[in-house]
Amino acid sequence: MKMKKKIAWSDYMTYIGVTIAFVIVSFLKKGGALNRSQLGLLVPICAYITMAISLNLTVGILGELSLGHAGFMSIGAFSGIIAAMSLVNVIPYDGVRMAIAMVVGAVMAGIFGFFIGIPVLRLRGDYLAIVTLAFGEIIKEILTCLIVGVDAEGLHILINIDGSKTASDLNLLEGGKAIIKGAQGAVGTKTIASFTAGYILIMISLIIILNLIRSRSGRAIMAIRDNRIAAESVGIEITKYKMMAFVTSAAIAGAAGALYGLNYSSLAAAKFDFNTSILVLVFVVLGGLGNIWGSIVAATVLYILPEALRSFADYRMLMYAIVLIVVMLATNSSKAKDLLDKLKPAGKEEEQ
Amino acid sequence: MSFTFERGKLAAVPSGSVIPERDLDKTPILETRHLGIDFGGLHAVQDFNLTIGRTEIAGLIGPNGAGKTTVFNLLTKVYQPTRGTILLDGMDTAGKTTEQINRMGIARTFQNIRLFNNLSVEDNVKIGLHNQKSYSMLAGILRLPSYWKQEKAAHERALALLSIFEMQDMADVRAGSLPYGAQRRLEIVRALATSPSVLLLDEPAAGMNPSETAELMETIVTIRDIFQIAIVLIEHDMSLVMNICEGICVLNFGQVIAKGSPEEIQANPAVIEAYLGRKKEE
Repeated sequence: MKMKKKIAWSDYMTYIGVTIAFVIVSFLKKGGALNRSQLGLLVPICAYITMAISLNLTVGILGELSLGHAGFMSIGAFSGIIAAMSLVNVIPYDGVRMAIAMVVGAVMAGIFGFFIGIPVLRLRGDYLAIVTLAFGEIIKEILTCLIVGVDAEGLHILINIDGSKTASDLNLLEGGKAIIKGAQGAVGTKTIASFTAGYILIMISLIIILNLIRSRSGRAIMAIRDNRIAAESVGIEITKYKMMAFVTSAAIAGAAGALYGLNYSSLAAAKFDFNTSILVLVFVVLGGLGNIWGSIVAATVLYILPEALRSFADYRMLMYAIVLIVVMLATNSSKAKDLLDKLKPAGKEEEQ
Repeated sequence: MSFTFERGKLAAVPSGSVIPERDLDKTPILETRHLGIDFGGLHAVQDFNLTIGRTEIAGLIGPNGAGKTTVFNLLTKVYQPTRGTILLDGMDTAGKTTEQINRMGIARTFQNIRLFNNLSVEDNVKIGLHNQKSYSMLAGILRLPSYWKQEKAAHERALALLSIFEMQDMADVRAGSLPYGAQRRLEIVRALATSPSVLLLDEPAAGMNPSETAELMETIVTIRDIFQIAIVLIEHDMSLVMNICEGICVLNFGQVIAKGSPEEIQANPAVIEAYLGRKKEE
């Protein structure tokens, strides 16, 4: 029973920690202690935290390396933007439209996750990683060809493969407007993402993932990670549970993408390239595979770090790289680990 | 403390209560007919015929490389047989996958231990209970009443199963950090958790000292008596095999060279030759 209580305790500490951070930042925001550029970071940080915990489900809990997570983020971002923009006149409340956008983003990314998962999850290890990378790039290229507009008749969608079409080819009725314009991406988006929406998204993602880990399905997923052959031998359907983890992970990334996309008035698909996937992977690896709390901290710190290093001007990215290397070395040395274990409250290591 | 066994349910009862009589007739629970597999040109197992009674403890022995583990891998469909059929309780298992075979009632342990190392001992057993619990992913995430009810039952059952090897105090330990012997025992508990009708043990006593082996021997018989299942074991420790197995099958170079009771096997010249070599011509 001891560990059960400790596990529940560490889950609750994660919820409480995130809530406390939210309350403190909200007060700072109200009190005017944050400048414009700091305020601008809040929503992206929430989106990247959610990305990190969702990728942790694939990489840390399921144990499959995915290098195309930004692809799901972009699907969520663009479908979220389309949903939010086409409902502007129908639903006047920003919060409701934000929620709908995140749900639409999650569902779309989940559907894509399922279809991409069919071929991808047949592979293992390095091969799976390479194919997810390829799918990430394919999604990016397809979204670059996408032209979407909305008018009184509903949505108009064009796929602009040869690059000859423009938004005017949508033949929108009067009063209609283009939402996504090919390579330019989404333009004229009404930014409705808020820090509160980001906090709620993080909490929902945390509840989904932490509760999943402590359930029958989550144990099956971790069993596959630890020993696939043994998992099969005790009657676990490998494909089903791999797919479950992959689709859940993609769906949460989609919701994070919707949050991210609706924070900017214009957004190009090129933003969600391989670098973004790697950035999120760095958060996950640095925070500790399978360690959800670690992902949150790593995403926050590493997202703020380049901004905080602005005073180094040209040496900013050099400093960023050095910090990464130092953190990696420090967290891998046994002495530093012993020290951390002493500092950690008892039972924290069980979070793995 | 001892246990009574109803299918899918293990309840602790005070010691001294009646353990059901073993059914001594040999209605086969597991039967193989002309089972064989080739790896390229190598006949790893050929013409393997075996009948296992419902509550029999059977031994599969033979020199290294004889194909014993391959037989287990065939029975659990890790390898698809090239030839022959496997009947489990009269049902053909052709075309089934490993996990379907497990749900049909064959559970196994591995020669090189395969535990879920990063998970706790209790979670390892709970994963064995996977198919006996039925709440959905959504019920787990939303923590619906079915989650709490079934998780509580899983917890209790896991501890009851662990108590077979008196391991209930280790429930919270990470499986990977258990001592070797305990890891072997945990594998058996995990296999039992899937509620099998046939339990395959691949070298359960490997790496154990004589007193641990003696203890294991007793436990294997106890498991058979409580759960009323058939147990097939591969083992190199002859004291264990000769003491608890009712039937023994000897493999050499993928072929059965002898079958029979422990006494018959010990006196069989072909077996002696396989193990010790041919007597010098006089």
